[in-house]
Amino acid sequence: MNGVRAVVIGASAGGVQALFQVLGGLPPGFVTPVVCVLHLPDDRHSQLAEVLQRRLNRPVREACDKQAIEAGLIYVATPGYHLSVENDFSLSLSQEDPVHFSRPAIDFLFFSAADAYGDGLLGILLTGANEDGAKGLAHIKNSGGRTVVQDPRDAQVALMPEAALALHQPDHILTLSGIGQLLATLEASAC
Amino acid sequence: MTSERNTDIEIRLLIEAIYLKYSYDFRNYSGASIKRRILHALRQFDCLTVSALQERVLHDPGMFMQLLQFLTIPVSEMFRDPSHFLALRNEVVPLLRTWPSIKIWIAGCSTGEEVYSMAILLREEGLLERTIIYATDINPRSLDKAKQGIYSMQSMREYEENYRLAGGRRDFTEYYTAAYGNAIMDSTLRDNVTFADHSLATDSVFSETQLVSCRNVLIYFNKDLQDRALGLFHESLCHRGFLVLGSKESVDFSAYSDRFEPLVKPERIFRKS
Repeated sequence: MNGVRAVVIGASAGGVQALFQVLGGLPPGFVTPVVCVLHLPDDRHSQLAEVLQRRLNRPVREACDKQAIEAGLIYVATPGYHLSVENDFSLSLSQEDPVHFSRPAIDFLFFSAADAYGDGLLGILLTGANEDGAKGLAHIKNSGGRTVVQDPRDAQVALMPEAALALHQPDHILTLSGIGQLLATLEASAC
Repeated sequence: MTSERNTDIEIRLLIEAIYLKYSYDFRNYSGASIKRRILHALRQFDCLTVSALQERVLHDPGMFMQLLQFLTIPVSEMFRDPSHFLALRNEVVPLLRTWPSIKIWIAGCSTGEEVYSMAILLREEGLLERTIIYATDINPRSLDKAKQGIYSMQSMREYEENYRLAGGRRDFTEYYTAAYGNAIMDSTLRDNVTFADHSLATDSVFSETQLVSCRNVLIYFNKDLQDRALGLFHESLCHRGFLVLGSKESVDFSAYSDRFEPLVKPERIFRKS
């Protein structure tokens, strides 16, 4: 397995708290870009990026259309738009119909990021109350990437991780703190 | 993965075939979204591979027209982003008034919701009579729907709240007649509207305008095509004309970033500098 060049994370119900835990332990010099889709109310003045940035004390950006993905940054999807990764490693927005009642859809981020990064992608699916992300995570695995599912017993809402586990066997099933540790040591172990 | 790579090759070939045969140019559309839409169409048409779809599309123009409905995204609503329309009313209309006659280009008008929203706003501001609206799109079926101006009552009820938040001054129901679960838009709203087939990828400028509205269209284009479209808008707009974009679109990272200045930045309203 090659080094991880990007991390994608999907979460729904309970996702904000879960993200705090998963990303809270990243070392200061962590450079691998992280792109997150969280299901949030369709209110375009979402403050998620600001809230995360303050809480994590790291640069967090709301994803913009045609923005090149930069090292050391965390991106979050903007409500009301799907978020994809293009093959030139830029982000793009679109407004196709919601998937599993969600726009942004985790599946769309996961599928497109797997197509762009292939075996250089790490996909993480966390707590949530629907099946979005399950197919996308399996596609990451099929494209040679590495996958992590939050242990359903550890999840605030188990349905999303359970749906993922029903479709494929991930590389890791971990608690939030386990996922946090995996990320914190990701760059050290890749060298 | 081999099959994944095959699919990407096939998609490029399909897009090239569509361009050669039908002159519709999707070659510079954003890859991730167009790929999803083609794969979605594949399932609907019971084709096993994109190559199989390509064969049918190439030999059957009717099939292409069906595929076109998947390739374009007819997502629209009236007074979408009400605060945007409120800003148009409060910040742009007073300046538009200073022109004796007004031409507006709504590029990528889809099924017409944006056109009727603009017409309603202009009528309430007393400007509709001296305005010509050009409403263009690449999808003839969407243009037909736009011309008909018939929308479901259910969606109209949702738009009513948008209309109110957008600073609407009347009763929204005055603008349509309800019949059989549908709303038929007041046809006088489109007296000065010209609907036309126009592609931002292949066609050129057709008129000088004071305002161009192109919302949630540029996100489907790659940077080169975004620049081409912005170039057309810049050429069409008169001195100090207005450009309005979708809530997550900007001129900032384009080749035209210094040729437009923000007028109401959060609402994506720009002015030719």
